[in-house]
Parts: sequence; C-alpha cells; structure tokens
Amino acid sequence: MTNHWVDIKNADVVMVMGGNPAEAHPCGFKWVIEAKVKNRARLIVVDPRFTRTAAVADQFAQLRPGTDIAFLGGVINYLLSHDAIQHEYVKAYTNAPFLLREDYGFADGLFSGWDEAKRTYDKTSWGYELDKDGYAKVDPTLQDPRCVYQAMKRHYARYTPELVSSVTGVPRDGFLEICKTIATTAAPERTMTSLYALGWTQHSVGSQNIRAMACIQLLLGNMGMPGGGVNALRGHSNIQGLTDLGVMSQLLPGYLGCPTEKDPDLKAYLEKRTPKALRPGQMNYWQNYPKFMVSLLKATFGAEARKENDFRYDWLPKNDKTYDILAAFELMHQGKVSGYFCQGFNPLAAVPDKGKLTEALSKLRYLVTIDPLVTETSTFWKNHGEFHDVDSSKIGTEVFRLPSTCFAEEDGSLVNSGRWLQWHWKAADPPGEAKSDADIIAELFVKVRELYRKEGGTFPDPILGLSWPYKIPRAPSPEELAREFNGWALADLPDPKDKTKTLAKEGEQLATFAHLQDDGTTAAGCWIFTGCWTQNGNQMARRDPADPSGLGNTPGWAWSWPANRRILYNRASADPSGKPWDPNRRFVFWNGKRWTGADVPDYRPDAAPEEGLSPFIMNAEGVGKLFALGGMAEGPFPEHYEPFETPLGKNPFSPRSISNPAARLYPGDREKLGTAKEFPFVATTYRLTEHFHYWTKHTRIAAVLQPEAFVEIGEELAKLRGIRSGDRVVVRSRRGQIKVKAMVTKRIRPLKVEGQELHTVGLPIHWGFEGLTKPGYLVNTLTPFVGDANIQTPEFKAFLVDVQKADVRQA
Amino acid sequence: MPLQSLDVINQSAKTAVPPQARHTLEVAKLIDVSRCIGCKACQSACMEWNDLRDEVGTMDGAYTNPPDLSDQTWTLMRFNEAEVNGTLNWLILKDGCLHCADPGCLKACPAPGAIVQYSNGIVDFHQENCIGCGYCTAGCPFHIPRLSKRDSKAYKCTLCSDRVGVGLEPACIKSCPTQALSFGSKEDMLFQAEHRLDDLRDRGFVNAAVYDPKGVGGTHVVYVLPHGDRPEAYGLPKDPQVGPVLRVWRSGLARAAGVATMFAVLVAGILHYMRHGPLEVPPDEKETKP
Amino acid sequence: MSDPRGDLILRHTNRARVTHWAVAIAFVFLFLSGLALFHPFFFWLSFVFGGGTLMRVIHPLAGVALVLLFYPYAASHLHDNRWLPADDSWVRHMFAYMRKEHADLGETGKYNAGQKLMFWSMVPIIGLMAVTGVMLWQPWFAPAFSSGARRVAGLVHAACAFVMFVGIGVHVYAAIWTKGSIDAMIRGTVTRAWARFHHPGWYREVTGKDAR
Repeated sequence: MTNHWVDIKNADVVMVMGGNPAEAHPCGFKWVIEAKVKNRARLIVVDPRFTRTAAVADQFAQLRPGTDIAFLGGVINYLLSHDAIQHEYVKAYTNAPFLLREDYGFADGLFSGWDEAKRTYDKTSWGYELDKDGYAKVDPTLQDPRCVYQAMKRHYARYTPELVSSVTGVPRDGFLEICKTIATTAAPERTMTSLYALGWTQHSVGSQNIRAMACIQLLLGNMGMPGGGVNALRGHSNIQGLTDLGVMSQLLPGYLGCPTEKDPDLKAYLEKRTPKALRPGQMNYWQNYPKFMVSLLKATFGAEARKENDFRYDWLPKNDKTYDILAAFELMHQGKVSGYFCQGFNPLAAVPDKGKLTEALSKLRYLVTIDPLVTETSTFWKNHGEFHDVDSSKIGTEVFRLPSTCFAEEDGSLVNSGRWLQWHWKAADPPGEAKSDADIIAELFVKVRELYRKEGGTFPDPILGLSWPYKIPRAPSPEELAREFNGWALADLPDPKDKTKTLAKEGEQLATFAHLQDDGTTAAGCWIFTGCWTQNGNQMARRDPADPSGLGNTPGWAWSWPANRRILYNRASADPSGKPWDPNRRFVFWNGKRWTGADVPDYRPDAAPEEGLSPFIMNAEGVGKLFALGGMAEGPFPEHYEPFETPLGKNPFSPRSISNPAARLYPGDREKLGTAKEFPFVATTYRLTEHFHYWTKHTRIAAVLQPEAFVEIGEELAKLRGIRSGDRVVVRSRRGQIKVKAMVTKRIRPLKVEGQELHTVGLPIHWGFEGLTKPGYLVNTLTPFVGDANIQTPEFKAFLVDVQKADVRQA
Repeated sequence: MPLQSLDVINQSAKTAVPPQARHTLEVAKLIDVSRCIGCKACQSACMEWNDLRDEVGTMDGAYTNPPDLSDQTWTLMRFNEAEVNGTLNWLILKDGCLHCADPGCLKACPAPGAIVQYSNGIVDFHQENCIGCGYCTAGCPFHIPRLSKRDSKAYKCTLCSDRVGVGLEPACIKSCPTQALSFGSKEDMLFQAEHRLDDLRDRGFVNAAVYDPKGVGGTHVVYVLPHGDRPEAYGLPKDPQVGPVLRVWRSGLARAAGVATMFAVLVAGILHYMRHGPLEVPPDEKETKP
Repeated sequence: MSDPRGDLILRHTNRARVTHWAVAIAFVFLFLSGLALFHPFFFWLSFVFGGGTLMRVIHPLAGVALVLLFYPYAASHLHDNRWLPADDSWVRHMFAYMRKEHADLGETGKYNAGQKLMFWSMVPIIGLMAVTGVMLWQPWFAPAFSSGARRVAGLVHAACAFVMFVGIGVHVYAAIWTKGSIDAMIRGTVTRAWARFHHPGWYREVTGKDAR
C-alpha cells in the first residue's frame, strides 16, 4: 500500500478492481464501509463476478477476466479526452512534461525496440531526451508532441468506450458511468483510493494492471493524498514482511537487488543500481544505495566484512537468472533439483498445473516441509483416490515434515499491507514438537556449519563467516532478529551538522536509515526497517491510538516503514507552494520554515518550496512516472494483451500481438495451452471469506462455514449445459480436469464480447485432499503454467475451460 | 453503557408477576444490512462463544452454510440473489432470534420458566426447564427456535445474555468487522438506524426502512433494510404477528376459564349430590326370580 | 347363587370391562399430563410423570394407547348406541331425571340417551385429538407441519381436551350418582331391579320380560 488501511476512510471514491476485499480482507474492509458511512464515499467494483464486495457497491461492472488494462486504458482515455485531470499536479508532479526520445514509438501492439527473432525488447528507446548535462528535457506547456502527456494521449486514444465495451464485455453506458465517478476525483479536494490484490497480479500482464491504475491516480492527483494511493491488499500474513525482507530469489532485504553474474564486484554492482538525478537538484534518494548495501553486508558478515575485501561482496551468491517459483518448478520438472525446502508454503496447491508439480516433486531426492499443518505438498506421494491419484510405489522422494509454530504461538512482528510492523505476543504454547521457523532454520544452520567446519567442502567461507551473533545460536530470539534488522552503530557516528554531537555511539541501535554509512561503521539487516527498534526500544510494540489530525494517522501505533511514514509520497498532498491541495486534508505542508503535518514528510524537511525539489524523491526525475521508461518488461505504457488462453484467439487492440510478448512461458507449457474451440468458457480462480488459502480447511468452524468445493456458473451457462445447482460437474482445461458441485447463480452473467456471447466460470480454490472439509480436487489442476513478464506471478485469473455434467461425461 | 443484572419480567407458563420495581435499559442489536458483507464472522463468533459445532455439511447451491438454523447454529447468514427494480442484489441477512417484545415462543411455551424475558428485552431459553414440546417453534412468527436432535430441547440465540449480564456486548457484535452489527440501548439503536436511512436514500434506496415489526410489539434485534418495502426479499416476514390463533390457544384468560369450568363441574357434582343424593333403585322395586 | 344381591344380570362382558378400565387409565394419564400442560396451576402434576420431559414423551404414547383401545371398543358398542325415538324423550326430560323426578323416560335401552350423547361426542373428539396430537408430536411428526397449522392444531387440541374433560367429568359423576353403575363396571353384573329400573328396554331384551 502507498497508503494504509485506516486511510481508506478518507476516500471519496473507493475503486475496487483486481480484488475482493469484502471477502479476502473483511477486517480491512471496515475502512471502506467507514468511508461510505462517514465520508459518503461511492464504492465502485469491477470484477468478473458479483462478489460480496459488489453486494455493498454503488456501481458494479462485470468484466471479462484478463481485460483490466482495456478497461483502465479506457478510463485513461476518458480522463484525457474529457480533460478530467488535475492539471497542476500532472504538470508539476508527473513526468507528463518530459520529452521522450525521438526513436520511441508504438505500432501494432508492440513498442519500439522489439526484436522479432529473439522475442525480446531493446529498451534503449524507452527514455527521455536528455540535454547536454544529462538531464531530461521538459515542455511545461505539455504541447510538444513528444512529451509524455501527448504520447499517452495518442496511446490511449485507441481505447474508445466502444472498443473497451466490446473487449471487456462491460456495457458502454455502465463503463462511462464509472468513468464519470472516477473523474470527479480530479478535483483537488476529492480523492479516490484504489484497492487491488491478486485479481490484478495473477495475470500475464499483472504488473501492468497496477501500472495502469498508478497512471490514473497520477492523472487525478491522488498519489500522496490521504484517501488516495494505489493500495495492494496483501494476502498472507506476513507476505508484506516477506517481500520487505527479500525472501525472493532476485531480492536482498529492503528491496536491494540480488547480485547477478554481471556484477563481479561491489563497485560494478553499486554503479548499476545507484541512479543519477534526471532533473537539476533532485534528491534521488536511491543515491544512498551504497549505504544500505554496505550496512547489509556488515550485518551479514560482521567483522569479516571490511572495506579492503569489498565487505565480502564476493561471498554473496550471484544469480545467473531468476529463480522464481515457476523457474524452480520448471527446473525440478527437468530433474535438475535434488532437494527442496518448502517453508510455510503449499506449492502443490499454490503453483499452477498440479499435474506438472506432482511430476516435479516426484523427481526430487528429498523434500523438507516446514509447516504447522499437514499440507497437500507434504503428502503428495500418497494416493488420495480420485482427488490425487498417484502411485506411491513409483515415487522415490524422501519427505521430511518439520512441524512449525503458527503466528499465535510465537512472539514477533508482522508487517501488514499498510507497511506497519506490529509486534505480537505469543498466546499459546505450540503443540507437540513444533518449533518456530527461526529455531528450525537456526538448528539446521548450526549443524551444517559444524559439518563445513569439520569436513571443509566447496567454498565453506560464507557459511563459516556468516555473522551469527545470537545468545543461543540454535534459537535466535525474535527480539535479537528485530534489533539486527534495525541495525546498530559499529563506531561512534559524528553528526555532520554539529561535530560535537554524535548520531549514535558505538553499539547503539540506530534511529533512522538516514544514519546508515557506506564505510562499514553501521550494520543494518534491512535498511527500510531501521527505526523499528531504536535506543528507545521496540517501536513496533507501541499501541497509542491517538489520531491528532483526525485523518486516521496514528504515528504512535506500531511502526511503519520507512521512517514511520504512513503515506508514501505525502509531499504530493500539498501543492508546489507547500499548501495542502485540500484544506480538509492538511497532511503534510510547509509552515514557512519546514515541512510538517500529521505524517513524517516524504521529503527533505527543510526544502523550501522555492527550491523546486520535486516530491517523488525515490525517482531519479523526482516526479511520478506516467511513462515507465525501462522499468517494465513489456513496455512503458500499459497495453492490453489477451490472456495466454484467450477466448477470442485475437487481440482486438493490436492484431500483431495477441498476448504479452515478454511474459514467462516455457516451451513445454505452451503446448499445454487450450483453445476456445475445445474450451469455450473463461475461468477465473479466487478465494472466499470463509477460508484462508488451504489452511483453514483444517479448522472445524471454517469447514462448517464453507464445507465443500464448488464451481460458480451463471444461469444461462447452466441452461446451456443442462446443469442444476448442486449437480456434480466436470471442469476441464488443457491441463486436467476436476469434479465439483455446481453452484448456479445470477451473479455471473454471459458477456457480450466481440459480438459473441461469452460465459465466465468461477472456481474458488480452498479445497484439497487434506483437512476437515469434504475432500476436493486442487483447482490448480486446471491453471496454466504462465507467468507475468516482470515478477512471474502465475496467470491464475484467466484461462479456458469446459464444464459438463459429471454423469453425462461418465455415461 | 450500564447493564444491570438480568431481571426476569416474564416467564413462560408462570402466573406470578415477577418483581419489576427496577427500571433497566432496554437493549437492542442493530443489524445494518447495508454495511454487511456476509463474512460470517458473527457466525463463527457465535460458535466459539457458545461452544457450538455444527456438522461439516455439503454445498447446497448457496453460500448459506450450514443450510439452516439448528441447535448448533443460532445465527446464520442467509444469501439471497434477487432482482429488485431490475438490478441484481445479493441480499445477505443475518438470521436469528429477534427477541420480540411480545414473544410468540414464550406465549406458546407450556413449561414454566423454560422461556424467560428479561427487563432489558432479551428473550432467553432455559433448557433445564424445557420439556421439548416444540410449541415455541409453532409460536415463533420468524421460524427461529430449533429442537435439538440430541436432547430434544429448544435452542436459539440468547443475545449472549451471559455476556450482556456482565456488561459485555454479544459475541457477534464484537466480531463484526464492518460494524454492520451494533449493540446498545434500543433508543440509541433506533436513532442510529434512522440516521443510516438518510445515507441510503441519498444512494437511491428510496424505500430504505428500519425493521422493528409492531406486530410482535417491536423487537430487540432491529434491521436496517435498504429495500425496506420488501423485507420478504431478505427472508423476513412482511408483517409478523403473534396472531389470533396463538393468542386464543395460549390465552391465559381462556385457560383460567377452562380450569374454572372444570372446577365448576366438580362443584356442581358435589352440590347435586348434596341436594339430590344418589340415584338408587327404589326399594319398591321387587326382586323377581327369573 | 350365593351372591347376596340375589339373581344378577350380566351387563358388561369381561372384555368390555377390561377395555373400559384400560381406556380410563389412559385417559387419566392423558388428562393429568394434559392438565399440566394446559395451565401452570397444574404443572406440578408433571412430577407425577417423572418430570416435564418424560411427561411430554409419555403423553402422546398414552394418546396412541387410548386411540387403539377406544375405537375397537366403540365399534363393539355401536349397536347399543343407536339413537332411538325413546332417546328424544329422555333428552326432553333430562333435567327432571337429574332432579330424580321420574317422569316417563320411555324405553331406555342398554344405554340411556345421556350415555349415548357421551359416546357420540367422544368418537369424534378423540379422533380430533389424535389428529391434532400427531401434528404437535415432537420430534416425529410436528416438523412436517407449518407453525400456522400447528397453532391451529394446538388450539383444537386444547378445546377438545376441555370438552372431553367436561364430558368425562359428567360421565364419572353420573357413575357415582347412579348407584350400582361402578359395581357393574367392576363386576360386570347388575341386579334385576337395577336393570328394570334404569334400563327397562334392555331388561326386556335380556330377560324377555316386561319391566313393569
């Protein structure tokens, strides 16, 4: 979230698209209701189904799965062609006035730089025109045809309401009504918040779905505003903390990049990642990259990391390619992985194409699962009848199950979607032999280190040199880990402004990441968390609900990264002169001497407005990017591409490029894509309120509340296939088939798409062959092994199936 | 909010008038359907607090699960897909006891003290006094009480009288994430409900209304219904009544008259006997030999 | 004959007497338990049946017993309870009869008109009570009926019970008042004089002799 949960209550319009918070985030959804009740906010829901969120919406549109960018592009076109944008904001705070390189272009669904032979983009042309000093040229009048504003206008002029309606299936009038409501928030005193979740990410164009909304929010001047923002509603607790700590193959903690083979030494690594300001005088906060990285290396390798040995940068693994989950299972499927650690993860159910996953897991020598529950993954080798029909005698994988604690059985912090680190306390002892994840990993590490120490082996240095400063090496306490993430001074840090003072004395906890150094005098395990455990103690355990501004900003409640800042880009909530855009949302403003207000300013606190420092200090150009430059794999503007399994077999927007040209698709999986001829219906998967992923089917109450797997189909489709509610049906995709009960509903209607009637099929995912619910098939039996171009999130939300009555097929 | 101990003001099948000198606050639960997202948190909280565990059932074509109220399910989210004025609505209703001011169940109940009404408005079942006749299920205009298959006693929502009695809100209220459920004095709840109607009318729900049916003397569970003109679309009776049949059937007056008549028959017999003596074969009736 | 009352006539067969008393016991069961449910004044009676719940369980079972006993019994007594012209006269002089002012009551058969009225009121009332009782019978049959239907059933059941009580009350009193009746129902026999006096028509039928 750029903003946070409570802030939703400040919105005038709540746009829910790509998510279903009433069902997936019922507790957070209270703030949407609060906005409706207290702020008279209007709730817009755009979804392939009429969900429980839609049940309380003011406006609802049923959308064809996988056409979000078509819809949002249409909104952009509406805003630009109706001039419903916040002009001053767009001019001052976005890259709309920036001139693009002459060789940038877009034609037939492809951006400039496309190499048809290699099927990749050369992104060089996706850049600004620079002046002789290396700064980007701008046209404040926005009239230059090569400025971002004009390029954007041209790009989205194709997204006419008629084409949008024909592609998405949303009736033209309904679409325009929604545009109208959205456009009202272009006024400086009105804001719209955007709430999304996996409904946007789990597409082959997932990242661009979100980009499209970011563009809309920038055009409307809603970024940095209370009640605005682009807000990802995270799924797992603690998935936000997981990304923050970089538990992903391409990341280090604090969103620092994982070194690759192309970064032979620290200098090369840092040079590539430390950007230069693209406008004169810009702050460009990532220029501090070396401080964050060196402090991380100091935390990782302790005294071993010294300036003369590049802080042991050479001990870090270097990626040759990304090892995301699709890549990992592809390699496993090729037989190239011998062991797999599966911690708090149930990939057999959570990764697409269960058939492929079963084959992949069967090729392992060993599998370790660390989980509080009996996951399907941990019993993948057992035959579970029709629900999981495997021959155990043919599977050689040795499975180790290590029972772990759940959140209520341990102290620690969880990071919520709003970036709040909230400390929590253990409520109960874990059952049996269960241990916390940290204890399990630490015990394994200590044993492995011992083996390396005794036996040597290939490259033992990083293992033996790893800093392991915990009182009980086999069981690091959550407090110790939290202090380490925050970081401490390794020497007295003199205050550059007043040499008589120090920022921190040797051994003291650091107060802010602004104190981090690149000379090895500080250590911090995750720079964005610096400030969570200071000399004043555990800031995450604070529980002061005081809200002095009345805007739901509670600086004394827990601790929010970065720097306890609650709304990112909050400088943009004031106009260039430092006055709040909206007198009722006095959030961060210039008081004549410094920036002040309800929140910690996302800005240099003493930067007078006259200085002209732009508000988006994390960007090299200092402004929000309508044009993403080379930041995205498939293009600088979000463009509609069809899902990999498209019911149309064409892309009405651009005939040459049907699906995302940069998306992840392995050759073997391309052959397992179905066509509309055989699989005429569009399916989408989702979650229900009653269950949390594949966990809560293990609890009696949740099992009672939603006991049995089903597929949701519209009344018209049911009629077409002669299905009645409660019938057993077979849902087939090119990858496999499942048997479930049908729920016939009015809430999914046939859509008129490109002149044809198209049916949507809804597949809730929660059931499996373990747990207290009625046993069911894992729905990922059906889903395609296709990933987003930027972060490789699988396309769970749009694929093709056929549905037939079970007994008809059997006969 | 001050919540005194629970004073019983009415009991099933009891003739004595309980003490009523104290004046306690009438409470109410407000269910604002326009804020409800059907998450079933109330349902699970009810199961948790009251130690209820229904069977793991089956999918029966709707999100309503378990399929019906039972001795193990005292509150149930009912999901109803309905076209109202040409637009699709997913009407989600938290079903359960409404705690009538004039409770049909209590009226129908023949077991003394099996159903009680507290001065705060809660209607509570005391299973230790329940004889399992099921008359309450016939007496309830909302089809709420259920006989247990295990012990044949009647069960329903207690409005968490055990919690309310010690100054806590009912478990469902505590669990509701969107404050679709609130709890307080009936006066406050009605005020809050009326206030909600302004917002709903502003959003085009011109018939939004508060459901506090007068036919049962008003209820201590009050709904805000966006489509207030069509409560039956949500599954609520349009005009619930205790009804003339029940009134006559369980009428105290008629029963007292009945008992009096029975005694009158007895007394009449005694008087008749005293006045006229037994009817005997007159002595002049000679025995004749066959 | 050693019977001190002299020469006796058989009025009730063994079978009839046993059935009668079985019906009577069932009725008392039903009556007392029904009374406990009818008004809280009598709820203490439930303790006679081991508490309210057990009473609620027994009551319908006793009802079934009553129905099974009563209707065959009633069927065997149909003939004697045919309404005859003489019965009209009895009804006309009923109150005089109660005042023991013996006018001409006509040829009273085995049963007088009062007894016949009793008989013919019980036949439908017990039926009605059985039907409405089934409709209220938890947990077996009641769930099949709507709450509205069960309310009507409850009302009819209570009203019939009231009528039945009054009727049976009169029946019991009449038996006490009419000396020799109870004895007849216990031992089965009446004296000739009794028979001649109360049921002259029946006396003639049995003995072939005129009562006068």
